[in-house]
This record gives sequence, structure tokens and C-alpha cells, in this order.
Amino acid sequence: MIQFIIRRSLIAIVMIAAISVVSFIIIQLPPGDYLTSYIADLSAMGERIPAEQISALRDAYGFDQPIHVQYLKWVGKALRGDFGQSLEWGVPVSMLIWDRLGLTVIVGLSSLLFVWAVAIPVGVFSATHQYSLLDYLFTFLGVLGLAIPNFLFALVLMWVGYSVFGQNVGGLFSPEYQNAPWSVEKVLDLLNHLLIPMIVIGTSWTAGLIRTMRANMLDEINQPYVEAARAKGLSERRVIWKYPVRVALNPFISTVGYALPQMVGGVLITAVVLNLPTVGPLLLRSLLSQDMYMAGAIVMLLSILTVIGTLISDILLAVLDPRIRLE
Amino acid sequence: MDSIESKGQPIKAEVEGALPVALGAGIEDEKIAVASPRQLMWWKFRKHRVAVASAVVLVIFYLLALFADFLTFYDPNAYNSDFKFVPPQSITFIDAEGNFSLRPGVSGLISKRDPETLRITYETDPTRWYPIHFFVKGYSYKLLGLIETDVHLFGLDPAVAEEMVYCPLGSDRLGRDMLARVLHGARISLSIGLFSVFLSLALGIFLGGISGYYGGLIDNIIQRVIEFLRSIPDLPLWMALSAALPPDWSQELRYFGITIILSIIGWTRLAREVRGRFLALRTEDFVLSARLCGAKDHRIILRHMVPSFTSHIIASLTLSIPGIILAETGLSFLGLGLRQPVISWGVLLQEAQNIRTVALAPWLLLPGLAVVITVLTFNFLGDGLRDAADPFNR
Repeated sequence: MIQFIIRRSLIAIVMIAAISVVSFIIIQLPPGDYLTSYIADLSAMGERIPAEQISALRDAYGFDQPIHVQYLKWVGKALRGDFGQSLEWGVPVSMLIWDRLGLTVIVGLSSLLFVWAVAIPVGVFSATHQYSLLDYLFTFLGVLGLAIPNFLFALVLMWVGYSVFGQNVGGLFSPEYQNAPWSVEKVLDLLNHLLIPMIVIGTSWTAGLIRTMRANMLDEINQPYVEAARAKGLSERRVIWKYPVRVALNPFISTVGYALPQMVGGVLITAVVLNLPTVGPLLLRSLLSQDMYMAGAIVMLLSILTVIGTLISDILLAVLDPRIRLE
Repeated sequence: MDSIESKGQPIKAEVEGALPVALGAGIEDEKIAVASPRQLMWWKFRKHRVAVASAVVLVIFYLLALFADFLTFYDPNAYNSDFKFVPPQSITFIDAEGNFSLRPGVSGLISKRDPETLRITYETDPTRWYPIHFFVKGYSYKLLGLIETDVHLFGLDPAVAEEMVYCPLGSDRLGRDMLARVLHGARISLSIGLFSVFLSLALGIFLGGISGYYGGLIDNIIQRVIEFLRSIPDLPLWMALSAALPPDWSQELRYFGITIILSIIGWTRLAREVRGRFLALRTEDFVLSARLCGAKDHRIILRHMVPSFTSHIIASLTLSIPGIILAETGLSFLGLGLRQPVISWGVLLQEAQNIRTVALAPWLLLPGLAVVITVLTFNFLGDGLRDAADPFNR
């Protein structure tokens, strides 16, 4: 087991290194370097920067050096939590993103919980009541959820909230808690606001997981061991939930691994529409204004989080299913 | 509905049901025995009613897009400051005098301005009635890009253009006709999925083929690259790449740029599929005999192996299109994809970003309905094709 974890972690580290290269490329993509735009920006506002400050900055980022040296300098700073200066906001990127990243993780995790809470029971039900009316209904609703773009669903919910209840459903906090320090009331307020993003992000991939769960269950449910359990006189609920469900969960967990990258996208775009204080709107703004250190840092951190999420789901899978460890 | 359940696992034990029941039992067996694989696939596909219906809907959508300028009366980019936010107009068969008319028409509109909010609202005025004419002359365009003409399927008499409009799906904040915009948007939204999928396919077959056919180190490298690309979140990557497209690019270049960006992730899935098929087929006898006959690698791949899994590839292509359409819509909605004056469904939905505007003019969400229907039908069609791709699977 420990060997398995070490091997998977090593792969994850290689992935993260590759991600940092991709993020650096993203930063370099727009024409011109950060410093040139920074100077242009400041002189546009009528400020003059002393020449020694320019050369100090040039040194710090290694703009005169070959590209791989620039990359290494950037990675070295990133490892220490310094992602460069945000051109648009004029403060270090790291000052702006950590809070928002935390809220992004909260939104993502709660959507994940929502999906599991829906997909597992519904999948089991659909399999045990195959071809029933509800089975068809769930499948149809699931496919519909898959087909509706996240942002459209969010827009429709907001529209309904606005025209029926006359209130704005966006954001993660009520105005009075916006800048308040953390307290029990603030957490409750947050939970209240989480519901809509959770549903919006969750629906788009509940469908896929219901299908997976249903198919896995159907494979297991006719196995002799289920029959044996039933023959021994176990109650139907125990027969289903104690044996086939546990086996069917394995492939289910591994699908979470590759559903995660797509979910991050859902979290991003939903956050833009619902105006959530997560990294989504920040990334969009930074890309539109070519604030590349900000954009690169967000892309990198989101990708790293995804890799870590996948790693955790792999390890969970190995815990649940010993066969995986031996592969 | 019988087709929806068959997702996720292959149809089992439905041999008899897979064929038209109308045939007599004995003749039926004989027919199955001599039928070509293509025939079997067609029978199996036909049984999947939702998939067949979806195929019909999609064909209609593509035809609507193709003939968008003939089917609509207004230029999709023409402003009309007198008729902003006109709600969808219904046709009536009762003319201004209250008599029944065989020719459909629309009642006049009275615009009112709310004194407090300054919003314009419209009321119908049954005392004025404008008949709808067919094959009327409007703005000139090239039908199918070839034939220069100015005839449109239906529209109001050009003489009343100043006082009245007919927008079956309403108009937007600049008075542009939503029907024309949705249909013209379909051209971009429906074609970008196809182009991008074919690009992904080319890459997927090439790299997946190499990977599966040769195996070894090359396979290992390609598989790691695929794993890497699949493990990073796609939307942020797409966003960053499309934001990096040079702003001075022409509309066509931008369209192709977006197409390429969307294929960057898309090919991985197809490459995996192709590789899996290659691995399974590599050890088949017919491949071995082709090799013993001295056939070259590319001949074995293209003439012997590819044809045997074409149907699977088509099915999985169909299932990849919805994702690309959704991605383009999302990117354009965020303002990072295609931009005005290019019209795609995503660009149109950008107009609906403001919730107050949506509350005032909910019909601006109609392009979203078009997206949902397209994605649903592609999914159903793909499922039907996937089941039909394996006609021997019983």
C-alpha cells in the first residue's frame, strides 16, 4: 500500500512539474513581457520609474536571460508562494488568490458531495427497478442535465429567482456578511448560498455518474453471490447495500478522477454567472486584460488541485479495492 | 423511451427484437443469416427510435442553418432602433376588420414607455393588421454561397418596413431579429463541432494508431501525454489559449483558431479509442495474414484495420460533438471565444448575461434552447450509433 501511494505521488509530482511548464507557456503567450507592459502602464498614468528599479525588476525575473532561466526563476518564486505581481491590481498575485481559491475548493467539494448524494442512490434505484417508469425518468432528467450548459442553467435559476422571488440569488454571502470576520452566522449564510451553485454544477455530471452506477450495479446484481445472500434470508435492503453496491462503487470512484478536470470548468463558468467570489471571475478578468501572472497562477493552482484530487481518489480506490494496489 | 435505457451497457439478449418484427419468423432467420454487416447495423439502428428521431431533428437543424438567409427575412446584423426588445410575435388569421383571412398576418404593435423604469413595452393593436407574404424580396444574399438572390421565404410587404416588423422569436436590444440571429448562429455553432471533431479524429487516428500499432516506447510516451492532457482542467486551458489568440486576427482565422484549441483536448479521447481497437485487432488472424503477404504497415492500418472499426469511430465522433458545441458556447459566452459581428449561439447568449435584461426579455435565452436540443439529439444519436456499431453483439 505504501509503495502504491509513493508511486502514485511520484507520478503526481511529475504531472505538477509538467503543469508548471504549461502555465509558464501561458504566461509567455501574449506578445511582450510583463515588465514592458508594466512600464507602459505606469507611464500611461504619468508615473516615472527610476532606471535602477527597472533593472532590479529585470534581474529578479531574469528577463534578459534565456527562456529556461526565466522559467526556473519563476518556478523558484512560485514554490515560495510568490506568483509575481498582478498588473491590473498592482499587488502580488498571492494576496488575491488564496481566499478565492479556498472558496473555490468549498464550492467544488460541496458539488461533489451533491453529485454523490444524488448519483449513488438514484443509480442503485434505477438498477434495482430497471425499465420502471422512474428509471426512465431519472435517465431522462440526467441526460437533460448533461445537455444544459452550466451557465445557462445558472442564468435560468437566477432569472426565476429574480422574477418570482424578486431577489438576486448570486454571490456566496449576503451583503452584511461580505466583509465580516468568520462566525457561525457567516458559515450558515455561506451554506445557504451554496445550494444554487451546488445544484448547477452538480447536475451536469450527475447524469454520467448515474449511468456508471446503474451499469455497474446491473453487472453485479445478477451475480451468484447476491443470489446466495438472498437465499440465506437476508433482507432485500441488506442484500443490495451490503454487497453489490460496494463492488459497484469501485469503478465509480475511479470515474471521479477524470470527472474532476471537467468539474473545475463547471465551477469556473458558473462562478462567473452567479458572481461567486471564487477564482472564476478573477481568471476571466485577468485573461481579458492580459494580466498574465494572475492568469498563469490561477490555471496552475487549479490544475494542481485537480491532480491532487485525482491522487486522493486513486488512493481511496486502492483502499477500497486491494486488487488495484498490485497492478 | 425504450432507447434511453440502453446507455452505459450493450444491449443484451435482444436478438429477435433487433429486427423488424414484420418479417415472418422463418424468413427472418434466413434474412439475418445472409444480411451484410451494414444491413444488420441499419436494422439495429432503426430499432433505436429516439436515435432515429434525433437524426431527423439534426438533419432539419443543419438544413435550417444552410438555408438561414432564405428562411428569414431580416439581415441578422441589421439594427432597428424603432423595435427594440419586441417579444415573440404570433400570427393571426383575423384581419383588421375582424374577418377571417386565409393569409396569416400579424397585428400591429403599440410601444409604450414605462414612465418610471423607462422601459419600452409593446401591446398588440388588433385594429392594424399586416399580412405575411411568401417569397418576398428583401436584402440580397447568396443562396448556398452560390446563387445571388433577394427572395426570402416569408416576410412583410417591404413597403411597411418603416412601421412594422415581424420577428417570430422577438428582437434584441438593438432591434435585431432573433430568428435570423439564431439560424445564422446555427451555422457557426453546428459547424465548429464538426470541424473540430474531424481535426480531433485526424490527430486521434494518427497518434492513437501509432500508439496501438507499434506499442512499446512510443505508445508509452503518447499515453503519458494523453494522461497529462486529460488530468488538467480543460476550460481554464481553453480560456487561456483563446485569450492568447492575437486580437488582430480576422474572423475566419479566429474561427479556425478556436477550432484548433477545442481539438487539443478532443483528440485524446479518440486516440484512446483508436488505440484500444488497434491493440485488440493487432493479434487477429487477418492482420497476421496481411503481414505475411508482405503488406506495408500503412496499408495494413488503412486498408485492413481501420475499416473494421469505422462504425465505432463514427459513434464516438458523434458523442464528442456535444462537448465541443458546449465548449464553444461557453467560451463565446464568456467573451473569449468568437466575437461580434460573428454570430454563434454562445455570442447570442452573451446578450443574456445581465439578469435584468433576461427578466425583461426572456426570449434572449432561446439560443440556449437550441444548444440544449442540439446537444441532446447528438447524445441520443451517438448512443443509437454506438449500439448499432456492434450488430453481432447479442
